[in-house]
Amino acid sequence: MSDVWTRMGDGQAVVMTSDELRRDIIEASEDAADKGKVPILEDNEIDKMMEIFTAPWRVIGVEPGHEVPLTKDETACTLVSSQLSSGSHLPISREAAVEIFERVFAFDTMELGWIDYSFKQAKPMVSLDQVSIERLLATTVFPILYGAMPNMGLYYTPDGPFTNPADLLGMMKVEEAREEEMKAAELCEEDMIFVCKRMAEIGADGIDFDTTASAGDADFLATLKTVEELKKTTKLGIEVGMSGEFILGMHGEVEYKGTRLAGLWPHDQLKVVEQAGADIFGPVVNTKTNKSAAWNVARAVTFVKEVCKQATIPIHANVGMGVGGTPMFETPPVDALSRASVAMVEIAKVDGL
Amino acid sequence: MQLNYKMRLPEAKKYVADKLHVSAFDLSDSTVMRQLREELDIGLIEAVPGLAKGLAAKDHIAKLLDIKIDCVEKLKEKLA
Repeated sequence: MSDVWTRMGDGQAVVMTSDELRRDIIEASEDAADKGKVPILEDNEIDKMMEIFTAPWRVIGVEPGHEVPLTKDETACTLVSSQLSSGSHLPISREAAVEIFERVFAFDTMELGWIDYSFKQAKPMVSLDQVSIERLLATTVFPILYGAMPNMGLYYTPDGPFTNPADLLGMMKVEEAREEEMKAAELCEEDMIFVCKRMAEIGADGIDFDTTASAGDADFLATLKTVEELKKTTKLGIEVGMSGEFILGMHGEVEYKGTRLAGLWPHDQLKVVEQAGADIFGPVVNTKTNKSAAWNVARAVTFVKEVCKQATIPIHANVGMGVGGTPMFETPPVDALSRASVAMVEIAKVDGL
Repeated sequence: MQLNYKMRLPEAKKYVADKLHVSAFDLSDSTVMRQLREELDIGLIEAVPGLAKGLAAKDHIAKLLDIKIDCVEKLKEKLA
């Protein structure tokens, strides 16, 4: 039994034996298969996972010719924001930061978004974001998306006009809670359509809906209906990136075209996102910090492999802090991140990250 | 090709490779692409005087790939 230096889901380094590693990979795949009702990884895929995690190099990469394009969330906050967005707070403009992503980091696409990266917060500043996007469309070559989070929770008290359903549920007022959720969803949808159509007016290449369904099934519904409207009335490319592996049934009975949204796993989330007309789907699988990196990647790859198998649109798996098998740490270790990325490309067969 | 035409990766790579008359493998070869991008004037990472940048590069890309890029179309409307 040889020892393997690797990471845990919280980023801490750990040494495991090869046998422990293989057991973790198989157990994790079985966990995903059991929860999501998807196939477990095949023997050759488990062997590939072992190869990835026992590779002696700090950073690994895909085989030549297997490279995939990147899309990104949270705009250029990495450079211009503070710790709240894992940012370095460089004294540069958002536009300069996006250009750095193109020409220094060699990104394939990029997005611009408001620093307070939610649609509700971005709406009052939309004309400022419009001119920023216009400037970037003129000076860059790669696709420029506008990104923001639906973040429907901002529409509840104390931040918004609707009573927080969590408070109502605590008082056993289930129907009242559902009513507030649906009102919040309607206003959230209205705001998202307003902002996105402004971006269509100035020729943005697309929209990235980040952390979709963070407030549960009604949040997901608001986003799906927004996507549907935008695909009918604009030329925007649409990427829908999720917030979690499982849609929380905060309402419980919300449906989109006959499909109940609560309880959907990634390969089922894919179907409603495709129905709404989105162009790219970004599934999320959440990291468990008390499990090894290999466990987390195996579980994530098992879910995403099924998404890729069933998809008719490109799949850009979310692989970053706390998702896609990556450790939950504000600066994810590059050894773990590169292994998660390689596994997503070589085993799950994603179309991008 | 993914964002606006929903192409899965192998199809997207083939489409672009065919239009540029290279192999799909070459698309990820930075040596090949650096020279090709200069030759086709479709934008580089380095700032080379006189070569197309921004919207000009995107116009060339749109013509090469036989697609419409919305911001380029909007510029043409403004210039008409």
